[in-house]
Amino acid sequence: MSETRQKLLVLYLRTPDLHAGVVAWSEYDGAAPADERHTSGDAADSGGETEPPYGSVVDAMRDGWRVVQFPQQYPAYPGTEYQVSYLKYEYILEKMEVVDG
Amino acid sequence: MADSTHLLNSKQMARFVAEGYLRFDELVPDDLNQAVKEEMDNQAVPREEAGSPLSAIWPDAAVGRVFRLPEIEGIIHSLVGPDPLYDHHAVHTVAAGHHFGQHWHADAIIDTRKHFDIQFMYFAHDTPREMGGTLILPGSHYRRISESDIARYHNFVGQVPMVCKAGTLIVVHHGMWHCAQPNRTSELRYMFKLRLNPTVRQLRLWNTDDIDDPEVSHILSTNQPWHGNEERIEHVNRIHFWRFLTGDDQFDNHYWLSRIENEPELV
Repeated sequence: MSETRQKLLVLYLRTPDLHAGVVAWSEYDGAAPADERHTSGDAADSGGETEPPYGSVVDAMRDGWRVVQFPQQYPAYPGTEYQVSYLKYEYILEKMEVVDG
Repeated sequence: MADSTHLLNSKQMARFVAEGYLRFDELVPDDLNQAVKEEMDNQAVPREEAGSPLSAIWPDAAVGRVFRLPEIEGIIHSLVGPDPLYDHHAVHTVAAGHHFGQHWHADAIIDTRKHFDIQFMYFAHDTPREMGGTLILPGSHYRRISESDIARYHNFVGQVPMVCKAGTLIVVHHGMWHCAQPNRTSELRYMFKLRLNPTVRQLRLWNTDDIDDPEVSHILSTNQPWHGNEERIEHVNRIHFWRFLTGDDQFDNHYWLSRIENEPELV
């Protein structure tokens, strides 16, 4: 019997425009089997790629990825206008993949 | 006291301000690299007490001779002054055949100071890409995060793996984002890390003869490909940091602060 699993693609863009270029990215694949990396708690998929998988969020949508979360935009809290921290334009996308149950 | 001929120049300091690190390829001689590797193999690098003067530690160890090389004393003096404190060191290893990366992180905790610590990352043996080495993200040092807050991220446009020959060091601002990389070889990989704290105000500690070189402004304006729309905010942070390092409260670059500090009261 087949079941579906969620794959997540997280794209970070130059601006909030969904056509904007990708500056960082992550993938989390719920359809892949568990391995030592993802159960040990101290290892990650950092640095495995040099080119983003898509040029933009819209490019990923054209390949079947569904956008499931937009970054909220808030004005800077007073006093933090010139501070930098996390990447601001984070879009979370999903695909559902059929696996053998 | 460092030999003044080995101090950093203003262009190198501008690069540190813009990118958060400086790289020195094959600076440490081979015989010393081999002696340090032997110490690491034998787990013979003594752990010292945090806050000890750097000048008082490792009097007999090969790794002590590394950080007393005149070139490295010049780097240290330029960034954290003549008598810095030992914070901690770590002999980081990635086992042969360890195919997993480490999550992105910055060391210690969220740190809001203008004053800054430095960390040396020293590679005592050749480190080809299949061996790792440490992956760094240039221009990440102003980001206010706490250690593994950034572990969700996997890849950035512009990330730099330390692929280098034996004897290479980088010196990074304490805020630099980094992570270990997989080691697909059959040899254990080392990276020796040393964190130092300043004991003096970090004010014009380098060779400032070239402080007015136009290249300084150009270097301070160098963009990182992952900064995106925050490039200009990053420039503002660099200008503030350059003011702190030079003591010049009027310094500006491309008019970014002059514009927003202009609040005339003339009626």
